[in-house]
Amino acid sequence: MESLEQIKARAEAAVAGAKIDIVPNPGPANQPSLLIDNEHAAAVAKFLRDDPALRVDFCSNATGVDWLDRTVKKTVKVKKVVDGVEKDVDETTEEKVPGFLEAVYHLYSMTHKHGPVIIRMRTIDRVEGARLPSLTSIYRSAEFQEREIFDLYGVRFDGHPDLRRILMWDEFVDYPMRKDYREPDDYEYEPTPHDDVLEKAKQHYSSRPQLDGAENITAQQQ
Amino acid sequence: MSEIDEGLRSELQRQGIWVTSMEELYNWGRKNSIWPLQFGLACCAIEMIATAASRYDIARFGGEVFRPSPRQADLMIVAGTVTKKMAPQIVRLYNQMPDPKYVISMGACAISGGPFKTGYNVLKGIDRYIPVDVYIPGCPPRPEALLHAFMELQRKIDSQKLTGSEKAAHLDSTQPSEFPVPSFGAHDLEPPANPDVFRPPKIERT
Repeated sequence: MESLEQIKARAEAAVAGAKIDIVPNPGPANQPSLLIDNEHAAAVAKFLRDDPALRVDFCSNATGVDWLDRTVKKTVKVKKVVDGVEKDVDETTEEKVPGFLEAVYHLYSMTHKHGPVIIRMRTIDRVEGARLPSLTSIYRSAEFQEREIFDLYGVRFDGHPDLRRILMWDEFVDYPMRKDYREPDDYEYEPTPHDDVLEKAKQHYSSRPQLDGAENITAQQQ
Repeated sequence: MSEIDEGLRSELQRQGIWVTSMEELYNWGRKNSIWPLQFGLACCAIEMIATAASRYDIARFGGEVFRPSPRQADLMIVAGTVTKKMAPQIVRLYNQMPDPKYVISMGACAISGGPFKTGYNVLKGIDRYIPVDVYIPGCPPRPEALLHAFMELQRKIDSQKLTGSEKAAHLDSTQPSEFPVPSFGAHDLEPPANPDVFRPPKIERT
């Protein structure tokens, strides 16, 4: 299979206006992915599926990722004139990065037996703008998986034929795989709690009844 | 039941005279033909199937007739993880079973949620909604454990009284035989537990 840079260049040439970034993954897995702009996502996916050299015709997996709001501290060395002498001074700037949700698709080729080509799409934010174009029209197998992303992460897929919850019940309003999800508190009976469960069970602990010393006297008499 | 001396009774039995009581006969009949409801929820169900198959053979204890309808079942073996989405159906199946009915909570998940108890989708034990007669710990319990639970249930049935203040729950008109089915709420099942059934011991810690 050709390199990700080649795929990116050819896809951008084939789809007018498409903007693709390569997201590196410097872990042991070393699986970099293509970040596709939402507007041209369907066209790029169609290119990946239909291009004779690539033919990644099989969407093996689609999942979501939740990225919370975060602040990035950057330390830059700035030359400043202090007391008439030029010095290198560390200047720290805090930058707020708004959170977003991501959908990740793992694509393989059944024809050429190669892959995966990993593509990602990002939403604008985690609230109102949590929308992405659906790739169900390109990959039929993405239908249930996009429903699952909608169910657990709350990403709305535009153009999805049947966007309903798939695992949780319809009346459920939360998105349980989001990092800021808090599950209902039903930790009233925990005989052997530890770690996170211990912290939650402590909310339900009742303190021991106050002893007035009378039971000691009873114990001595027996 | 009129009390009869055990020694006299076994002496009479040796002479070919059987003295019994309605209660004894009734419980003997019931405990040796317990028909379980045929359903499984997770990997515990595989062990339950193994128990029903020839090697472990639950037929030796009269429990081989797995019924595909709750109307014909005496015993509900809750074998596996009960998800919150599944819990109302389990309670409804229990309500549809005719009295007398019994529940075996099989495996760590059915008892407390087990390894998945911190999950957002798992019910922390079926005893939050329906009364459980026998609990089997294990993940999953071996078929021998299920047979042991079955024998414990038989012992329990055998000791049930037909009359008096201690009589069995299915003969007591004040005891409910159906329990409210929880509904799907916005964040959790509503109610999260039935307080009439689920009475956890209060843990006092400082």
